[in-house]
Amino acid sequence: MKKMSDVTLTIDGKQIKVPSGTTVMQAAEKAGLSIPALCYDPELSIAGSCRMCVVEIDGMNNLPTSCSTVATEGMVVQTKSKPVIEARKMVLELYLADHPLDCMTCQKNGNCLLQKYAYEYQVKDTPFKENKHRYPIEDNNPFIVRDMDKCINCGKCIRVCDEVQGRNVLQYAYRGYDTKVTTAMDVPLIESECVFCGSCVAVCPTGALLEKKMIGKGQSWEVEKVKTTCPFCGVGCNFDLNVRDGKVIGVTSNPESEVNGRHLCVKGRFGTDYIHHPERITTPLIKKEGVFVEASWDEALDLVSKKFLAMKKEYGNESIGALSSARCTNEENYVMQKFVRAVIGNNNIDHCART
Amino acid sequence: MTNSFKDIEHTNLIFLIGSNPTEAHPILGVKMKKAIRNGAKLIVADPRRTEMADLADIWLPLKPGTDIPLLNGIMHIILKEGLWDKEFVENRTENLEELKKTVEAYPPEKVAEITGIHVELLYQAARLYASTKDASISYTLGITEHVTGTDNVINIANLAMLTGHLGRENVGVNPLRGQNNVQGACDVGGLPDVFPGYQKVFVPEIKEKFTKAWGVELSGKLGLTIPQMFDQAIEGTIKGMYIMGEDPLLSDPDASHVERGLNSLEFLVVQDLFMTETAKLADVFLPASSFAEKDGTFTNSERRVQRVRKAIDSIGESKPDWMIISELSTRMGYEMNYTHPSKIFEEIAKLTPIYAGIDYERLEKKSLQWPCPTKDHPGTPILHVGAFTKGKGTFKGVDHKPPAEVPDEEYPFYLSTGRRLYHYNVTTQYSESLTEYHPDELAMIHPKDAEKIQLSKEDKLKVTSRRGEVVTAIEITDRVAEGTIWMSFHHKDVPTNVLTNGAFDPITLTGEYKVAAVKIEKYRAE
Repeated sequence: MKKMSDVTLTIDGKQIKVPSGTTVMQAAEKAGLSIPALCYDPELSIAGSCRMCVVEIDGMNNLPTSCSTVATEGMVVQTKSKPVIEARKMVLELYLADHPLDCMTCQKNGNCLLQKYAYEYQVKDTPFKENKHRYPIEDNNPFIVRDMDKCINCGKCIRVCDEVQGRNVLQYAYRGYDTKVTTAMDVPLIESECVFCGSCVAVCPTGALLEKKMIGKGQSWEVEKVKTTCPFCGVGCNFDLNVRDGKVIGVTSNPESEVNGRHLCVKGRFGTDYIHHPERITTPLIKKEGVFVEASWDEALDLVSKKFLAMKKEYGNESIGALSSARCTNEENYVMQKFVRAVIGNNNIDHCART
Repeated sequence: MTNSFKDIEHTNLIFLIGSNPTEAHPILGVKMKKAIRNGAKLIVADPRRTEMADLADIWLPLKPGTDIPLLNGIMHIILKEGLWDKEFVENRTENLEELKKTVEAYPPEKVAEITGIHVELLYQAARLYASTKDASISYTLGITEHVTGTDNVINIANLAMLTGHLGRENVGVNPLRGQNNVQGACDVGGLPDVFPGYQKVFVPEIKEKFTKAWGVELSGKLGLTIPQMFDQAIEGTIKGMYIMGEDPLLSDPDASHVERGLNSLEFLVVQDLFMTETAKLADVFLPASSFAEKDGTFTNSERRVQRVRKAIDSIGESKPDWMIISELSTRMGYEMNYTHPSKIFEEIAKLTPIYAGIDYERLEKKSLQWPCPTKDHPGTPILHVGAFTKGKGTFKGVDHKPPAEVPDEEYPFYLSTGRRLYHYNVTTQYSESLTEYHPDELAMIHPKDAEKIQLSKEDKLKVTSRRGEVVTAIEITDRVAEGTIWMSFHHKDVPTNVLTNGAFDPITLTGEYKVAAVKIEKYRAE
């Protein structure tokens, strides 16, 4: 591989050396400066379309997008100059011209990039009074709600579906002000080739794509996120269980996940609602005359203990077998096999690895 | 897996055999697609035209249960054309002559006849796999769930050794483990022949080590596997069972036999989240907590130990499984006083050399892949670098044996089973979202077979084997071959495993879920 040379540039008066090929945005990040962006995502190809990341560069007569401009030797960049701030404000005004502004009831409240930047740049209203789009909300599948009124056409959902998931379900359709992210033939997701992995939801910067079951269950600051490992297949994805008031209200991606990053499948992202299923059995049960009757732990464990001890005595240690589980933790499987070997006194321990 | 997911992302060729990752391991499917987009070649051997088969450079639609002749045929070509890795074979393996002798008897024409795969495709696959330097094999239960499961795996190892596709980055033999912690459950001794860390129960020094650690005399006699337990329950020698987190009545082959076994027991304890089909037969039900309600670790398919973290308190009176077992143990006179799963993990690490260097503190920062023998060991992403565990890799020629049951006049269809994207074994039927989207079993049937019995997509199909029958909704699709029905086993109202064959691989005692013979008819409600 050809050795890459370094280039030195100045950003907001700060000199920084980066490998050639680095974009201005990446260089700024390295210098500890944050540039706002709506359509940029380090995992996806560069679109350069949202215009929020514009900067001023000496010698250039317009404001280039920092995500798509490569740093060159001696470049002098301003990320917070007056023209830059004015431009970003106007970009935000243009977005707000076609946005419902219903932050008070939006599930994304507190976690929305558009809201964050509108606050940061104090853009309260918009001089552009075009008729706002009023698309019907799409909520006819159990997993994802699409509210296209809130879509800012950043295209991250299109790119993640194509570039990461390899599905290509989404694309832009229509023209100009009517440009919209759609499935092929603009049918609802449920009628498309979508497999509901939800990566589009994970990358959406606004409330346009939401986890359906989480709507109304808690706002971002009320929710505790607990990183854990998925209980389904052997890939071992990590994700955050979202908890409010002692209840798991859903799953969101955790970008720090070593195996899967922000990506999950339909089961991991949307299938853990079994945790609170009303049919969960939450009391020990003892069968009496063919019918299960609720019992205390004391009664149940006493019965099992006495029965196993009696069987050991009457029929010998070899008369009892146990199955541990590929769905339980290592610690639980360990304790189960130890119980069989040390307490029952045989090696009759197996689990579903072979079934 | 000998290698890691990262290697699959960067390999130049994926030979996928008996595996449907875009449904059964979706995020690995995503990684494979990425490799393909970056130019990796893909060979898929599967009787079904899976999504990966659609993407494949070469799709080998073999007849069910003919993996051994397929691989023998490929190795026959590789040897004949001198495409094998002479240096690797010379330095790292032994017994090539035996393999040569076996595969000599599998010329492409004969293999084409047994497998149903065109001779030209055999040549293409053999040449492509052998001549690609960084080529990897991934397989799943399509390889192991046969009466020849062990031999199938041996033959995959033969092929990888013959071509030098082992012991370095971006190659390897990668069994994609099915369930979230099937790797870990094996690692920590949930098997009848080994203590934690695959240490044999019958080796005196090892037995001594555990006797000392646990302070109690232990048995050195091999224990029973699941199918043996049910057999012995029917025979009357197994009287009691304690089943944690498993529903063998839905998930084990030949469900009627399993049911007879469970019904023969004098005492059955089931510990689970829900009133499963197996739990209904129990004498005592102990309510366990879900993964969200406990701390612990799972070990994934690439031997990566990762944390499970408690997010909520146990629901109702339910308790984590480790706590229930510990309390029972103490009641039975053997004190288990673990205060937290991290304490259990410390004990595992002490007794299990492959886990010795792992603890919760390290896992908090980063997951670790075993073997991880010491606290400063970084973990092992690739196995068999430089040498195999046993020294040299031994070739072992294996011959074709047909499945235990093949279609005949009375039962003229193949039945094959597996998992779907929208469900996972038997838990997801309690996910309202997933069941709303995918409520019913949909048996796959080829359009021509459907037409023969005038079956339209709203109709139901009755599928009958020598062991039982089920009635199921259907999907008419040419993704299955003519003469084959494919079903999943996720739905309790369509208990597919009453149909499957209780024939087992003689070594692993894994059931032949992938091949049974059935007959079909259009269902007419009485």
